[in-house]
Amino acid sequence: MRNVWIICRKELRSYFVSPVAYLLLAMFAVIFGFFFWNILGFFVFRGMESQMRGQMMPMNVNEEVIRPLLSNISVIGLFLIPMITMRLFAEEKRTGTIELLATSPVSDVEVILGKWLSAMVLYASMLLLTAINFLFIFRYGHPDWKPLVIGYLGLLLQAGALLAIGTFISTLTKNQIIAGAATFGVCLLLWILEWVSGYETATWARVMAYMSVITHFESFSKGLLDFKDAIFYVTLIFFGLFLTARSMESLRWRS
Amino acid sequence: MITVTDLTKRYARHTAVDHISFEVHKGQIVGFLGPNGAGKTTTMRMLTCFLPPTSGNATVAGFDVLEQSFEVKKRIGYLPETPPLYPEMRTAEYLQFVGSLKGLAKAELAKRVDYVCERCAILDVKDKLLGKLSKGYRQRVGLAQAIIHNPDVLILDEPTSGLDPKQINETRELIKGLAGDHTIILSTHILPEVEQTCEQVIIINKGKLVATDSVSNLQNRARGAESLLVEVGARNGLMDPLKVQSRLELVSGVSRVNLKNKRDNRSIFEVESRKGLVRGDLARAVVEAGWDLNELRPTAVSLEEIFLQLTGEPAAAPAEEAVAVGVK
Repeated sequence: MRNVWIICRKELRSYFVSPVAYLLLAMFAVIFGFFFWNILGFFVFRGMESQMRGQMMPMNVNEEVIRPLLSNISVIGLFLIPMITMRLFAEEKRTGTIELLATSPVSDVEVILGKWLSAMVLYASMLLLTAINFLFIFRYGHPDWKPLVIGYLGLLLQAGALLAIGTFISTLTKNQIIAGAATFGVCLLLWILEWVSGYETATWARVMAYMSVITHFESFSKGLLDFKDAIFYVTLIFFGLFLTARSMESLRWRS
Repeated sequence: MITVTDLTKRYARHTAVDHISFEVHKGQIVGFLGPNGAGKTTTMRMLTCFLPPTSGNATVAGFDVLEQSFEVKKRIGYLPETPPLYPEMRTAEYLQFVGSLKGLAKAELAKRVDYVCERCAILDVKDKLLGKLSKGYRQRVGLAQAIIHNPDVLILDEPTSGLDPKQINETRELIKGLAGDHTIILSTHILPEVEQTCEQVIIINKGKLVATDSVSNLQNRARGAESLLVEVGARNGLMDPLKVQSRLELVSGVSRVNLKNKRDNRSIFEVESRKGLVRGDLARAVVEAGWDLNELRPTAVSLEEIFLQLTGEPAAAPAEEAVAVGVK
């Protein structure tokens, strides 16, 4: 456990010493801020519209602001996750520092967990920035806080799964760009798989839709904690980290 | 300290290391010698548990590299060919990271970092970014990293490659200084390096063990067959070098005479004798035949020659060829 923390701390330091972390945080904050501003603007506009019509439609901040925003975060995350994970192992392989890790008395699992955790921490700090926006809603409105917390939990789980896959892909190459591009491709695919459910209801389509990371975010964005969905993400996390461990091992036998 | 028996590493198409066996005793400093691609790095990587051997086994400090790799890793300090540095880290920070990775307790850590910085003469770059260090400093930080946890065994892969002569000397001195506390294996393809720093040599070529002996023994072994340089001049007029050659071959103890360079009135021969002490006879033979003996000296036996003899590669002597061309 101590070793996991040592690796994690080192990775975090690398993120925050280089511009990577700041760039990601800034990009995420700006894009999310734009979404927030838009959705809130639309919400206010609709509110005024319904008032002018004289019909008082019940409006729900949770349903109409928080829920779409959470979905948006999950999509923005999809684009930024490759940038978080691409360097994790590819860089170590390129510079040869992987030899240091592999010849130190730490297990592969500890290294992998440390690196994945650091990626999680970076993603979580990105999420923390979005919380500032939500604070405004709480200041001026009265949304229910529980669905928001569950939404954040869902975001963390979803990101955890994609980060684990990205970590795995990063072990496959020495080249960060390749790792990033491949991770982006896989993330995107895992996202759009869900589209088949729009026109097809056969079993294969249902399976494909089920594989999509977006399908399982539905319940979380509504503020429902569905264990089936949570377990899907957790399984994916384990699967990704397991593949990473296998890949690390095969690295030794091959090289 | 290190025992290697029948260690083999086979890849799909070729065998990098082929049934190598050797032993290194505690406190020794051993040179691992071979041309590029001989399997030095592969062997070292197996010793450091980075690569698993295909067959055979190796133990470090009594622990098997495959079965008890954790124990081995704790006792080994390893400097790969390119020092494993994180460019975005600072020297002290990096050493702390490696130290804690190797299992040093927090209280010990600061002390060890100070100690290795002093030992490796990197105190003045303690707060510099590793990415900005010169090659010499990078190598020394690499060494500092390897000794941070005071390992029993140090494995250094080409520790002086890519350094300038001054840095090479400094690094060699540093390694020699470390020898007392650690058992050291260092690989190199530079022969003088082994002569200068090591007590024991392990020579490998094309994955196979060629020789393992102490440096002085190897030198003696090669001295058994002495080689002499003889320059014979003509007293007056011309001289037939072939005649001289056949006369020299008649001297008892001479095994081979090579005409190296000839001009109108003098010839240079390389004489190989089976046993020593043929110099007197050679000189007498030349003078009695009426020629001048301009020069008679033993050519220095360097590890270079031993190495070439042992690996069975043709001895190229570019330096002497250059001289010959210059004379013409």
